[in-house]
Amino acid sequence: MHIAEGFLPPAHAVAWGVASAPFVVHGVRSLTREVREHPESTLLLGASGAFTFVLSALKLPSVTGSCSHPTGTGLGAILFRPPIMAVLGTITLLFQALLLAHGGLTTLGANVFSMAIVGPWAGYAIYKLLRRYDVPLMVAVFFGAFVADLSTYCVTSVQLALAFPDPGSGFVGALGKFGSIFAITQIPLAVSEGLLTVLVMRLLVQSSKGELTRLGVLLAKKQSRSETEAVAR
Amino acid sequence: MSRNTKINLLLLLVVAALAVLPLALGLGDHKEEPFTGADGEAETAITEIEPDYEPWFSPLYEPPSGEIESALFSLQAALGAGVLAYYFGLHRGRRQGEQRALERVTEEAAAGAAEESKADRV
Repeated sequence: MHIAEGFLPPAHAVAWGVASAPFVVHGVRSLTREVREHPESTLLLGASGAFTFVLSALKLPSVTGSCSHPTGTGLGAILFRPPIMAVLGTITLLFQALLLAHGGLTTLGANVFSMAIVGPWAGYAIYKLLRRYDVPLMVAVFFGAFVADLSTYCVTSVQLALAFPDPGSGFVGALGKFGSIFAITQIPLAVSEGLLTVLVMRLLVQSSKGELTRLGVLLAKKQSRSETEAVAR
Repeated sequence: MSRNTKINLLLLLVVAALAVLPLALGLGDHKEEPFTGADGEAETAITEIEPDYEPWFSPLYEPPSGEIESALFSLQAALGAGVLAYYFGLHRGRRQGEQRALERVTEEAAAGAAEESKADRV
């Protein structure tokens, strides 16, 4: 759930827009380079964007008695690195802001910052860290997607707390308030997103081994075999 | 059913359970309006903190009813699901095509070898 249209004061809206813009520009450059150098990855890029589209359209009930939706940005960040997701996430957010009155144009900068920048980078960092310590691929994918999802909504909470500090308890009090609305609601949804990302990654390992090896998700020959065995098991 | 398929189905089942449990356990019962959007709750929280705050911009286009809105949300999900299904269908078809081509080549080679041995005997 993104910050609704008009619900960030103008100064904040502009500041988040300025903060997000370079990431999106850099992302567009990485995306065009990827497509030019590896036209064969266009289809998988489309699939990553499609995954974000599906997941951010699924409003799911949560333990807090309210609803929110996952983001789907972890998968693309793991496959193509986070800059690409800055673009794919922005496209999804624009679609929702223009057609669904969900999120908004004035809050686009802030929502892009949380969902298309911080989420993918945080998820990617966790994934890379776990892989460095030889954690099995699917476990790393799960936590990558989980963190990408949850961190997005932690950032949303921080953004709102910065804009609307509580008159009594200040920033911290407001953070608690917005955190309990967004972040707590998001925990079971982030688990769902992690599981769905693992599911898609398992299907990709079956169907697109060559592509995953080129992208460095599956490593050298020998290791890729042990990984498919792990999946088959 | 292969072990692989079973694991995939299990993953889907857990996701479904995670979505259904809050509803089945009635975790929204303590609220006046159960299971509203978290973004709407945040708007309420904002007006609690700053009662004077007025949103200074409204969406350029707003779906005229809840039905239209859910239709557009389903459209978004359907678009995404369609592209994903195309991707996996295409790759499955390619793999099957490659496998069949491979089988045909080995069959032809075997048939060729059989004919050769027959010719040898004669």
